Amino acid sequence: MRKMLLGAIGLTAALFVAPAAHAQTPLKIGLISAYSGQFADTAAQIDNGVKLYIKQHGDVVAGRKIEILRKDTGGPNPDVAKRLAQELVVRDSADILAGFTLTPEAMAASDISAEAKKFMVIMNAATSIITTKSNYSARVSLTLPMIGETIAKWAYKDGVRKAYTMVADFGPGHDAEQSFQKAFKEAGGEIVGSVRMPVANPDFSAFVQRAKDLNPESIFVFIPGGAQPSALGKAFAERGVDPNKIRILSTGEPVDETALKSLGDIAVGRISAWHYDYNLNNPLNKKFVAAFNAEFKRNPDFFALGGYDGMHLIYESLKKTGGKSDGDSLIAAAKGMKWDSPRGPVSIDPETRDVVNTVYIRRVQKVGNELVNVEFDKFENVKDPVKAAMKK
Amino acid sequence: MIATTGTALTPHAYLQARSRWGVIEIAFWLATLLPFFLFPNYLSLASQIAITALFALSLDLILGYAGIVSLGHAAFFGLGAYAAGIFSKFVWGEPLSGLVVAAVVAGVVGYATSFIIARFRHLTLIMITLGLGFLVHELANSAHFITGGADGLQGVRIWPIFNYFRFDLYGYTAYSYSLVVLFLTFLVARRLINSPFGLALRGIRENPNRMPAIGASSRAHIRKIYTISATIAGIAGGLLAQTTETVSLGSIDFQRSADVVVMLVLGGVGKLYGGLLGAIIFMVARDQFSGLNPQFWYFPIGVLLVAVVMFLPGGILGGLSRLLAGIRGRRP
Amino acid sequence: MGPIVGVLFDGFAYGMLLFLLSVGLSVTLGMMNFVNLAHCAFAMLGGYVTVTLMNQMGWPFFATLPASFLAAAVASIFLERALYRRLYRAGELDQVLLTIGLAFISVAVAAYIFGTIQQPIQTPSYLRGSIQIGGITFGVYRMFLVATGLAVALILVLTLEYTRFGAQVRAAVDNQRMARGLGINVEGAFAITFALGSGLAGLGGSLAIEIVGLDPSFAFIYLVYVLIVVSVGGLGSIGGSFAAAVLIGISDIAGKYYVPQLGAFLIYLVMVAVLMWRPQGLFGKR
Repeated sequence: MRKMLLGAIGLTAALFVAPAAHAQTPLKIGLISAYSGQFADTAAQIDNGVKLYIKQHGDVVAGRKIEILRKDTGGPNPDVAKRLAQELVVRDSADILAGFTLTPEAMAASDISAEAKKFMVIMNAATSIITTKSNYSARVSLTLPMIGETIAKWAYKDGVRKAYTMVADFGPGHDAEQSFQKAFKEAGGEIVGSVRMPVANPDFSAFVQRAKDLNPESIFVFIPGGAQPSALGKAFAERGVDPNKIRILSTGEPVDETALKSLGDIAVGRISAWHYDYNLNNPLNKKFVAAFNAEFKRNPDFFALGGYDGMHLIYESLKKTGGKSDGDSLIAAAKGMKWDSPRGPVSIDPETRDVVNTVYIRRVQKVGNELVNVEFDKFENVKDPVKAAMKK
Repeated sequence: MIATTGTALTPHAYLQARSRWGVIEIAFWLATLLPFFLFPNYLSLASQIAITALFALSLDLILGYAGIVSLGHAAFFGLGAYAAGIFSKFVWGEPLSGLVVAAVVAGVVGYATSFIIARFRHLTLIMITLGLGFLVHELANSAHFITGGADGLQGVRIWPIFNYFRFDLYGYTAYSYSLVVLFLTFLVARRLINSPFGLALRGIRENPNRMPAIGASSRAHIRKIYTISATIAGIAGGLLAQTTETVSLGSIDFQRSADVVVMLVLGGVGKLYGGLLGAIIFMVARDQFSGLNPQFWYFPIGVLLVAVVMFLPGGILGGLSRLLAGIRGRRP
Repeated sequence: MGPIVGVLFDGFAYGMLLFLLSVGLSVTLGMMNFVNLAHCAFAMLGGYVTVTLMNQMGWPFFATLPASFLAAAVASIFLERALYRRLYRAGELDQVLLTIGLAFISVAVAAYIFGTIQQPIQTPSYLRGSIQIGGITFGVYRMFLVATGLAVALILVLTLEYTRFGAQVRAAVDNQRMARGLGINVEGAFAITFALGSGLAGLGGSLAIEIVGLDPSFAFIYLVYVLIVVSVGGLGSIGGSFAAAVLIGISDIAGKYYVPQLGAFLIYLVMVAVLMWRPQGLFGKR
């Protein structure tokens, strides 16, 4: 027992001795994301976006060398995310916190950003209120209410009067559901029913059958990316919900690239609102997609774009401050920043520090041999409606 | 493990001998103070290790001493975390009273479920704990009006301890607080297992059918230790909620239940220190490996687990003690 | 009437998937009391074999199924010889640690080789869509799942009941010590059973892609479902696994259809209720 414990102590001490961080001149960006576990792919894509941006634009900005410190939260664990943010700030003296696939991670790290006055860039997490938690945070991705509201407006404009909503039962799902229902009702439409489905849900046929029983003109869907979109799409087909008869509306995830690949022709005709797709038709995006493919042998998605645009915001803000990296200077520089992104024009709302961008309405079509989302309508300068409503 | 002497001891003397403090134990606890001096930048990690160690200790009480393998122990950890978090949000942020609330909530639920637990053994028991764990998890998820659901509980604010020690960015307060609670709880647990009650538990672990014959009701004992274990798990959860001011479904999910079993088994079951050691090794290894490579750290961790099973069966403490016994035995 | 039949059918099909994934674990647990938490890693391996053969080599979907069965079976034989067999007499906690370690490794290796991305497959067009029978919609792929599940169950039952090998396995499950005493090579029978069970998991993994997708977290996510089926069915019982898988599949789907608020709770409630009623599971002997 004795030697055992002594050995244990020695081992502990040895394990604790970690490389200490020196040298203050480089600019350190702590990337906090769920690199492992169920959400690993989202973090991997954000990371790819970050890597590509650095490769294209060099790793020295305003005289400072960019250094990326990657930290894994393993999933929606705010306690881990907060500790990592804390460690990045006190141990590694990171200047900027970035990344954040998931809302709980971003919420917890916001506390550190606020307390330590560190600039924080949210590259994905999409719940509306995140940016209100720290005055030093800015978001480059999107919020789900932006999408829910836009597609509800479009649907009413297009003649849909009765809609059913199906969302995953967690924060972003509730955001999407509420924003869609609110905007649709305000426009004059009627919600005939709604369902919230468990987040970890392997089989959707029962939910689809329920929706179909009510015979709505349209079904609005939100579920997170991953395995579920294709499972849901197949359930629609199996239960005989034809996108050309019952309009299936959604955010971008349910019709993402992986989903379309495994769904095949049954997805044709589905309509979605989203801020980005690799198929988006503009020269900047064509270049981005080509470079991304050359580097990572796959197409970028909105996670990758979040990483890419997030780095752009960091680089441009640093150029504005002349390399000064304190939170106050950087957030001041980031407010009102405007740029052309592969998704089109983007800006950071100076009041809310949240993203403002174009939301595209797309339809799944067969182009050549491939199924892609083709945009046919767009709403420009869309802001987060939740924060707009807060101001009123 | 035991200070074996040639002569047979009276039960009283045996228990006394076991509860004497060894030099190593004292050294271990002194060593827990080292992070303050040697690794001041790692105090938040150290505090989360201390909290996880406390959680592992709570599991050891039922797994190591009563043979109850639980794959749902995070239910109590999470209940404690939510209780402490919600208490701070709606009542006040005073931490010590919050910790008591966490302990009571987890303990009461533990007591209620102990009636189910005490009826089963083996795989059935494991699956019942797993099922109950998932039910509590889904409950926390669906009650998002109070728990915040998948977004996590918002608005947790903890006052300084004794209105003086603020929870600082470096984690001095967090680690001191967690360490003190861990140590005090450890003292209670140590006292408990070195009591006649602890002996009876070990008897139940070895042969649950025989103990009632010598006058110890297995089920009553199991209920008691299960309630105590749930209470301690709740304290650990409350600590995590308070020191990080966050609570989420991650506090209550299956992964946390599974991780703590892995840590305890890694360290060695039924030795009180096994859980502490397992938590230290697992979490430090994970921190270092994921620092090196955030995507593939599962690989070295997996290799570590396989290696421990192959070379030190019975966990690190169990394997080492057997090795040492082997070496001693071979000496003339 | 329509919805009930549809819901039952979908649940049954989902149950068949769970049956394929879990039957191997049930039998090996029953025989050797060996806790193999890496069971779903074999299923994941099967899935990746199918994806690779289809997408990289252009194999037809059906041709990949035997390949995924074989790959998982061979991998399991290798691991059984190298690691598992040393721990048959060890405590179950050591077995848990070993197999969890292997599951960790499998997740990291899968992420390293295939990336963390969801693997898409295009099943042949005749397995897609649905057909109408008497006004009720049946998914073609689900019909295929049901047929496969029933066929596998039938083959297993016949093997166990009518072959010499089956008799040895049954003897070993009922009383390992006695079987050994009668000169049955329990280790050998176990190794074969283990390989067969892992192979079936691999097959299940391939068939599951179409329904639940495939990424490196598969090895952990479905472990819980598999454990539920095994414990509800009772150790070492094929009929039990079958009944439990159907019960869990149907209660999952029916629960979501009729009481979506309870959707996520239902399978756990069913499991706890069954185990409280019959602690050995539906068909368990011990």
